[in-house]
Amino acid sequence: MTATDVAARPTGTPAGRPARTRGRGPGLVQKLLPLLPAVVLLLLFFAGPVIWSIYTAFTNEALSGVGAGATRFIGLGNFRRMFSDPAFVSSVVRTVVFVIGSAVIGQNCLGLLIALLLRGRSRAVQSTVALVVVGAWVMPEIVAAFCWYAYLNRSGSLNSWLGHVGFHQDWLYTAPMFGVILANVWRGTAFSMMVYSAALSDISPDVEEAASIDGASGFKRLWLVTLPMIRRAIVTNLMLITLQTLAVFTTIYVLTGGGPGTKSQTTPIYMYEQAFKFYNLGYGTAMALILLVVGALFSLVYLRFLNVDEK
Amino acid sequence: MSTLAPARSAPPRAPRSLSVTSPRRSPARFFALLALAVVVIAFVAPMLWLIMGSLHRDAGLSVPFGAGWTLDNYSKVMNATTLWTPLRNSLILAGCSAILTVIASSLAAYPLSRYQMRFRRMFLYTIVFSTGLPLTAVMVPVYVMFAHFNITDSIWATVLFMSATSLPFGIWMMKNFMDGVPVTLEEAAWCDGAGWFQSLRRIVMPLMAPGVAVVTIFTFVVQWGDFFIPFILLLSPGKQPASVGIYTFFSQYGAVAYGQLAAFSVLYTIPIILLYGVLGKFLGGAFSFAGGLKG
Repeated sequence: MTATDVAARPTGTPAGRPARTRGRGPGLVQKLLPLLPAVVLLLLFFAGPVIWSIYTAFTNEALSGVGAGATRFIGLGNFRRMFSDPAFVSSVVRTVVFVIGSAVIGQNCLGLLIALLLRGRSRAVQSTVALVVVGAWVMPEIVAAFCWYAYLNRSGSLNSWLGHVGFHQDWLYTAPMFGVILANVWRGTAFSMMVYSAALSDISPDVEEAASIDGASGFKRLWLVTLPMIRRAIVTNLMLITLQTLAVFTTIYVLTGGGPGTKSQTTPIYMYEQAFKFYNLGYGTAMALILLVVGALFSLVYLRFLNVDEK
Repeated sequence: MSTLAPARSAPPRAPRSLSVTSPRRSPARFFALLALAVVVIAFVAPMLWLIMGSLHRDAGLSVPFGAGWTLDNYSKVMNATTLWTPLRNSLILAGCSAILTVIASSLAAYPLSRYQMRFRRMFLYTIVFSTGLPLTAVMVPVYVMFAHFNITDSIWATVLFMSATSLPFGIWMMKNFMDGVPVTLEEAAWCDGAGWFQSLRRIVMPLMAPGVAVVTIFTFVVQWGDFFIPFILLLSPGKQPASVGIYTFFSQYGAVAYGQLAAFSVLYTIPIILLYGVLGKFLGGAFSFAGGLKG
């Protein structure tokens, strides 16, 4: 889980609270003083590396080979290499497949479905489902990955059950992308489910009752009334889970290590391999920069969306 | 109004009468319950190995039914190198970064919540923006920076970095909790000549104790479960936390000792489950997690 789980209302003092501006308020320096520790930490350990990456991405820095002795500025070299590197290009394609398959389709739709099905159910049903689904989400990522490794393995539980119907196979070998997507859906669905449960609970029953009296069937009510009413939650959720899924490393690393061969090698895995296995730090950083830029774009869309709707 | 209710709002109550699958129509109700049962089974299935495997003598990647139930797997991993040292390191890393995050973010939240400043809005937007950046991508430049200043394999540098990654979200949550504490309560203290720090420490923080607990637990849980940061920044096994220790165990003995791997995983997961239980109490049930996170 990343810390992207922030939403709505980024600013704004709660109404009815007098702002402490008039009279003998503290001076600007005194006002800013409490911000200092946080700002220093963030600049040194967060903004620093990001800015550093902009520099490193344009060098041939490496821990072995040519770039090891004398790091030098190579301009757009890393980026040119990246886009003519078939391994990088296909890693991007796999990342897109992973994000669309596990987040946009998997987590999003399954989360919405569970949230819809849970409406109006008894408390016992609601808490049982929540316990299990949220349980998969709170588990440390590496433990979740072990669970799925054991589950999908040739001699794992899924196969020992499917063996009875003659359908067993080595999932992580024959369909590695499918395997990692499934594992990530399992792990992340809880987030979408919770976002949608909260959104659905804000819809007044009257609205749907009215639609129902007008003769709208269950599906029509969902499509024409319910979904449009939670569209804001849908967009927010899609942005947040895309950001989370884009950066998934541990699940894939433990399940397949990007393999067999490079069949499930997404960009974070390829970046890790280039930077920490082959020690091409400059090249790895250039890839990190691309990931950061893509993440920043999604983050901006998300912020902009919040801003627009805030009024 | 907001689809993303704040933590303090009441847990959502599902409308009783009308939904896509109205309880009044029994076939629809039946299929809804059936679908939910399938969901529960599908979600439980991958977890079974963890619990059963840890308790069975002959656990492989699947667990045989029948005799062989034992606690041996647990007693075998309970030694200093395998379990206790990594757990202690996890405790240091997650604990120290949680404390540091809470201190720095509550200090930072105070002016953001109490004063009107020109850069406030801008600052908050930047904070929310940076929570969206993919941490995985930051790790390569962070490693380059750590290597450059020769601070790789340092627990304290790692703690500082972990705190920095938790800070944006911490500040954001803390500011929202602090907005809930009425300013009028502080005014009396100001009249008596208390400065901002005393007012923060003696009035605001005690009143938002549940919020402080949420930020502490949340940061702790995230860092306890994190694998990638210590995997990159900490190199000697004596300094690595349980997330990395368990991975090392998996790659070294995984193939022969799945039962122990499962037992290790259970022991590593239990603190998180407990803390989430506590968090749930503060936030009012599993369903308001999202609300809590949405600030």
